[in-house]
Amino acid sequence: MIEIKNITKSFGGTRAVSDCSLSLAGLKIAGLIGPNGSGKTTLFNLITGLIRPDSGEITLEGRRIEGRMPHHMANMGLIRTFQLSRVFPRLTVMDNMLLAPRGQAGERLWSLFLRFPRVHREETEHREKACELLEMLGIIHLRDQFAGNLSYGQQKLLELGRAVMAQPKMILLDEPTAGINPRLIQTMIDMILKMKARGQIFFIIEHNMDVVVELCERIFVLDHGEKIAEGSPREIQTDPRVIEAYLG
Amino acid sequence: MDLVLHLAIVVAIYSIFALSLNIEVGYTGLFNFGHVAFFAIGAYVSALLSLQDATFSLALIAGIACAGVGGLLIGLPALKLQGDYFGIATLGFAEIVRMLLQNQVAWTKGPMGLPGIPRPEIFSWHFDTLPAYLLLTLGAAVLTFLVIGFLTLSPFGRVLKAIRDDETAAAVLGKNPFAYKMEAFVIGSAFAGLAGVLWAHFITFISPGDFTLTETILVLLIVVLGGKGTLWGPVVGAAVLIFFQESVRFLRLPPEWSGILGPLQQMIFGLLLVILMIFRPEGLIREKGKETIDRD
Ligand SMILES: Nc1ncnc2c1ncn2[C@@H]1O[C@H](COP(=O)(O)OP(=O)(O)O)[C@@H](O)[C@H]1O
Ligand SMILES: [Mg+2]
Repeated sequence: MIEIKNITKSFGGTRAVSDCSLSLAGLKIAGLIGPNGSGKTTLFNLITGLIRPDSGEITLEGRRIEGRMPHHMANMGLIRTFQLSRVFPRLTVMDNMLLAPRGQAGERLWSLFLRFPRVHREETEHREKACELLEMLGIIHLRDQFAGNLSYGQQKLLELGRAVMAQPKMILLDEPTAGINPRLIQTMIDMILKMKARGQIFFIIEHNMDVVVELCERIFVLDHGEKIAEGSPREIQTDPRVIEAYLG
Repeated sequence: MDLVLHLAIVVAIYSIFALSLNIEVGYTGLFNFGHVAFFAIGAYVSALLSLQDATFSLALIAGIACAGVGGLLIGLPALKLQGDYFGIATLGFAEIVRMLLQNQVAWTKGPMGLPGIPRPEIFSWHFDTLPAYLLLTLGAAVLTFLVIGFLTLSPFGRVLKAIRDDETAAAVLGKNPFAYKMEAFVIGSAFAGLAGVLWAHFITFISPGDFTLTETILVLLIVVLGGKGTLWGPVVGAAVLIFFQESVRFLRLPPEWSGILGPLQQMIFGLLLVILMIFRPEGLIREKGKETIDRD
């Protein structure tokens, strides 16, 4: 679905992403790994419009999209989470979830007033959906809490739930299991697999190799901003360049 | 009795003024330090039209519309700026508006001000007594409260709060932060215009000196003291602060005290704010959402 061709981004002197090409066509869950500072988050920032590439192309279903604004990227169906989770701290857990669906009638002033029955219907539907997801994530009892009061792990779960609520074409997860306890890691993995079964497509940056191998069909490896390998989990685990990048 | 009516009218007008600022500061996180400019635009436009024998309805609508358009025009450049710079831009804008009122003598009579602004008349109803004027301002305040309440409790208001909390996170969920900030700013400006119109026709004499930074600080204080991002906060804040401010004026103090009254009042305001920030930083009214810690 997403094709990235020869994308490059430098910050001052450092090439954070250097001439990378990846094709995610046909993949349900793709993985992105690499040592710290290898440019993984920068690649996500490029795909979701938070920064503009110096050169190269990104196409989504055949349309060129590189360099557009973040909200355009989101509305075209690319929704991401952040490495350090970014929930809305002074919104309740439920409101964090309800914010996510795209194209809500109640979010535009004219339709808020002129199409109130539709606004009301959408809210009810979204609320049901959100309850179901929060239940699956095991944080339904926290729904009226300010999201800022949740533990770090719960915030990461909420961020995943919020991304699912948006029903995007692809969810990009930036280190979803980093810094959270093993029980929540299992909840996270279960959730991703359940959503995959419902047809949701993912692109996941992940450090935990067990998680990567369990989830991903195909893995891309970055080192110093360059793609040094790609393949199935088995191929990647035995690839000498990958082993060197991680050990050296 | 007249004193009570007078107080109630001023509280109602400042409630509208504070509600309009709260949608910017409390809900959207826009620290507008020039909010008084839109109050001034509403007051002057309506006063000038009324002095040219326009009907009150026309003057009212024009006052609100001009304040809204003013918001749009200043918002276009200012809302591109981040945080502090936005505050400085709005502060500058308010000074420019005041300078214009001061120096455009041909239109505004400059520092002399505009005396003799008529009390309103709508469809042959005269609002020329204090009780009648209280009714008018209360009606306007209730309407403002309902409209802003409806907006802020709606999905639209949820987006505003999200942008306040984390603009980037809102953008990557598909919300256009600039467009929403613009809408909040124009709505806030228009309602500030409404407050200005009601003020002008109540006081019946306005001059550029009424629209200084002090007014902006007062209304900011009302919002912060009452509770940012809550519906009742600005109303409660307006009642408390206006009552305090006006009652000091009516204390029978010896004449030699009058010189220190202004500075004393400012000092007490400052002290109030410090005490509040220490003991109840979220204001008198709290935002809805549970605080109990219940972790995994
Ligand atoms: N906004 C930025 N400004 C300057 N340098 C940056 C910025 N974002 C990332 N970098 C640099 O780009 C490189 C890649 O960073 P990043 O993409 O965060 O790596 P990873 O996510 O793989 O750990 C690092 O050297 C980092 O310091
Ligand atoms: Mg990273």
